[in-house]
Amino acid sequence: MTDTAWIDAALNSARPQAVGALLRYFRNLDTAEEAFQNACLRALKSWPQNGPPRDPAAWLIMVGRNVAIDEARRSRRQEPLPEDEAISDLDDAEERLAERLDGSHYRDDILRLLFICCHPELPATQQIALALRVVSGLTVKQIARAFLVSEAAMEQRITRAKARVADANVPFETPGAIERAERLAAVAAMIYLIFNEGYSAGGDTAEIRGPLCEEAIRLARLLLRLFQSEPEVMGLTALLLLQHARAPARFDADGALVLLDDQDRSLWNQKLIAEGLALIDKAMRHRRSGPYQIQAAIAALHARAARPEETDWTQIDLLYGALEIVQPSPVVTLNRAVAVSKVRGPEAALQMIEPLSSRLSNYFHYFGVRGAFLMQLGRNDEARIAFDRAIALANTSAEAAHIRMHLDRLVRDSAPRNAKAGK
Amino acid sequence: MLYAILCYHDEDFVGSWTREQDAAVMQKLAVVQDRLTKQGRLGPVARLLPTTSATTLRKDDPPVVLDGPYAETKEQLLGFYLVDCGNLDEAVDVARDLGAANPGGAYEIRPVGLFQPGGEPK
Repeated sequence: MTDTAWIDAALNSARPQAVGALLRYFRNLDTAEEAFQNACLRALKSWPQNGPPRDPAAWLIMVGRNVAIDEARRSRRQEPLPEDEAISDLDDAEERLAERLDGSHYRDDILRLLFICCHPELPATQQIALALRVVSGLTVKQIARAFLVSEAAMEQRITRAKARVADANVPFETPGAIERAERLAAVAAMIYLIFNEGYSAGGDTAEIRGPLCEEAIRLARLLLRLFQSEPEVMGLTALLLLQHARAPARFDADGALVLLDDQDRSLWNQKLIAEGLALIDKAMRHRRSGPYQIQAAIAALHARAARPEETDWTQIDLLYGALEIVQPSPVVTLNRAVAVSKVRGPEAALQMIEPLSSRLSNYFHYFGVRGAFLMQLGRNDEARIAFDRAIALANTSAEAAHIRMHLDRLVRDSAPRNAKAGK
Repeated sequence: MLYAILCYHDEDFVGSWTREQDAAVMQKLAVVQDRLTKQGRLGPVARLLPTTSATTLRKDDPPVVLDGPYAETKEQLLGFYLVDCGNLDEAVDVARDLGAANPGGAYEIRPVGLFQPGGEPK
């Protein structure tokens, strides 16, 4: 690793804590961010010469604070900036500061930062953008790219979010227990949304949107360290890890989506799977189930199957049944139907999704799944109608291409049969 | 004399490495490890999963199971076991058995992410 790569990694990992602490001092998001930015610039100059400090976060907080205070003073009295050496000679000061940065401050600072990003006044799109900018430190350009919008539009979205937070007069005190629990759910949902933004990308955009998945995992781990005994946070982290482990196998060389059954499982990231399985194991000991844990348990059953035939579909069917109870949604039922088709056959599965048709009449996956069941039952004409509808509703070119593959198979399969019938 | 070399680092920092950066570090380490292996001096090597996957058994009376790593600083690391377990429950049970035989202190239970058994050092 080069010097700059090390420094980038160190700045990156110190960021949530440092920005969180600076926010505690300045009580203003922009000032805190600017102070952190200035501290990073100093670090890029000082660290290659003096070596990295023992506690990078403490160093950045200290320098960020000093520079901001100096700047405020300078703008008032037109005083010159202090010499760099005066600031970089921080050894003793750093130690004293590090002592004061005890565990509780660390926890509260990061929580406050996450809670502000998930402020109930902000719509989800703004929450995500703000968290990626402020907590993760992605540039506006990077975020804009990942969300496939212009840089100006993303800049505006973030500026609006910050203005709303400022208008809402967010209290900077540590939230109480009830508020904390409510906000925790909002933060978890925000992290899951970030992940899905990356995960739902098509093969053509996976490369630029994929990093969102890694960022979401980083945030989930951060949240888990703040809430070590919260089984749903363990479940969320496990879910993201287990799903992301399949990323290297999800697209073929042409960028087309590869279904779970057809994926080359040797490409799955075993390191992430091990961590995900360990976390879901840990969560289940609490016997306080929840939607993230159940979904993680389903992902775990897929991860444990070395070959698709070894998948425990009966258990997956049961888990989706449990998920339908805690989080009823037609999409959950649709997913359950896939498991049912494996356990009890396509007829039973088709019956299960029939009542969903009105509620999912604009949902790509509904018609893809329906078409697949019909195809398995040999009802090819109906299958074709379903697949055509799916293509019309596809969100990405990869989705459309995938359905077209089914249609091609239908044409191939039905051709000889029709010929025979014609005899 | 056998020596254990215990690895400490900031896991936020190590966790923020890209896959390429991580692989580059592991490759450099492998060079050193290979040399030791050829000399017949290297025993098992393990890379632990992050502390978020840790569970701690405080060997009080009765023992208490807590989520997260062992965070106290007044006790010192005195030894470790590597045990093959089907799941965390089994691992906690093993720790309980050990704890009953030797109460006081704590066990931190951490899944092992990467394990190289190595040879038996000469």
